[in-house]
Amino acid sequence: MISIKDVHKSFTNNNVLQGVNMEIAKGESMVIIGGSGTGKSVLLKCILGLENPDSGKITLDGKETNKGDRDVFLARFGMLFQNAALFDSLSVWQNVAFRLMRGPNKISKNDARDIAIEKLRRVGLKPEVGEKFPAELSGGMQKRVGLARAIAAKPEIIFFDEPTTGLDPIMAGVINELIREIVVEMGATALTITHDMSSVRSIADKVTMLHDGQVQWSGKIHELENTGNPYLEQFINGHAVGPIEAVR
Amino acid sequence: MNRFLGSIGFSVLAFCTTIGRIMIFACRAISHIFRPPYYGREVLTQFMQIGFYSLPVVGLTALFTGAALALQIYSGGARFSAESVVPSIVAIGMVRELGPVLGGLMVAGRVSSSIAAELGTMRVTEQIDALVTLSTNPMKYLIVPRLLAATFAMPILVAVGDTIGILGGYLVGTGRLGFNSTNYLKNTIDFMEIGDVTSGLAKAAVFGFIIALMGCYHGYNSGRGAQGVGRATINAVVSASVMILAANYILTEVFF
Repeated sequence: MISIKDVHKSFTNNNVLQGVNMEIAKGESMVIIGGSGTGKSVLLKCILGLENPDSGKITLDGKETNKGDRDVFLARFGMLFQNAALFDSLSVWQNVAFRLMRGPNKISKNDARDIAIEKLRRVGLKPEVGEKFPAELSGGMQKRVGLARAIAAKPEIIFFDEPTTGLDPIMAGVINELIREIVVEMGATALTITHDMSSVRSIADKVTMLHDGQVQWSGKIHELENTGNPYLEQFINGHAVGPIEAVR
Repeated sequence: MNRFLGSIGFSVLAFCTTIGRIMIFACRAISHIFRPPYYGREVLTQFMQIGFYSLPVVGLTALFTGAALALQIYSGGARFSAESVVPSIVAIGMVRELGPVLGGLMVAGRVSSSIAAELGTMRVTEQIDALVTLSTNPMKYLIVPRLLAATFAMPILVAVGDTIGILGGYLVGTGRLGFNSTNYLKNTIDFMEIGDVTSGLAKAAVFGFIIALMGCYHGYNSGRGAQGVGRATINAVVSASVMILAANYILTEVFF
């Protein structure tokens, strides 16, 4: 279980996280929603240790995430980045097999390549795509490769940062479906951050809304409609007028 | 007046902060050189990128510098009937000073900018964060190979550049200034000491480290967007060039 307790994080004069409390149970698919600049990505980076919180505590199965062996900790995670973050200098299969070919549990190049091709198939890509370079792929294909890389080492916990941003609705639907299927298939814990309500409805078991660096609402997916929370209702209905001030 | 003094103080503090950050970055990188895992293939790839592909620019720079140097020394030497010093001064000048410094500056322009742009783009597109989540330390995987490759490639590049520079002087000396070919070569070799060569190569190794360090530091800490990457590239080239010239003076004092 991931537990986040009273986490604060600021950059110069910008207080991004202002006492976030959250718990993500094992095997649960949690989706964090909220407007731009509300601290969703920063929270994700704090959990992974890419940013250090100013105060508060983040634990994974009772152990603080910023203590202990980082490699052992990170080996439990997979992550799909917003723009896939594929390594330009490596071919697609090398991207997918990156973790498999490095570290204490590395496997042979041929085995890693076979697994990479299998994962590419799993996300609906042909084996030939493995020989291409990321720059030769469309945005949707890059996301699929990013997804294949995230699941290649069979992580227990998978993070998805804006998985459908920049994709057309059909491709977004394909990615959402893939995420849902893979998370269920692997029995993984998933944490997704998104603005896309169709992603929320297809991926989430539980939803948390962040606003002004704090948890504004949290509940199960079936509780999402008619919550009576004006912030949440404005966000999910996409209204310009409401308690959330749109930056113009 | 207070505002003026304040701005000077602010600039001095900012400069000291940057120097401190570069030192910490360099120490972290050096400490990772000696700790596994090691990425030998990455070092070789970078060695090719930094060393082999810089050969044309270093070679051409050295060729024209050696040729111009021969003409200038001949012109100066003729004023006190010392034209015969051309071969030895061209050789010593190239090996001790011009080879490493001009080679260093040319490689700084080519390599520092390329490293800063590459790492800056990786930072902006979250590739560096992705490395961390894939249990790979960016310091070991990205920084150390570039530092090692540049530090070992520069002396080789400069050795080749020195040879080509001396050849440039030889071509002008024998073709344009009327030197006898055998005498030119004899004078080149006779007056050169092993210390001249080693001091030049030691300078080259230090310059190689500086070039990679500046490229890596500015690229790794690049700001957001295309503008951030552009600024990182400019800062890398400017700081590497200035540091090469400053280090050159210090090393010349050491080897004097």
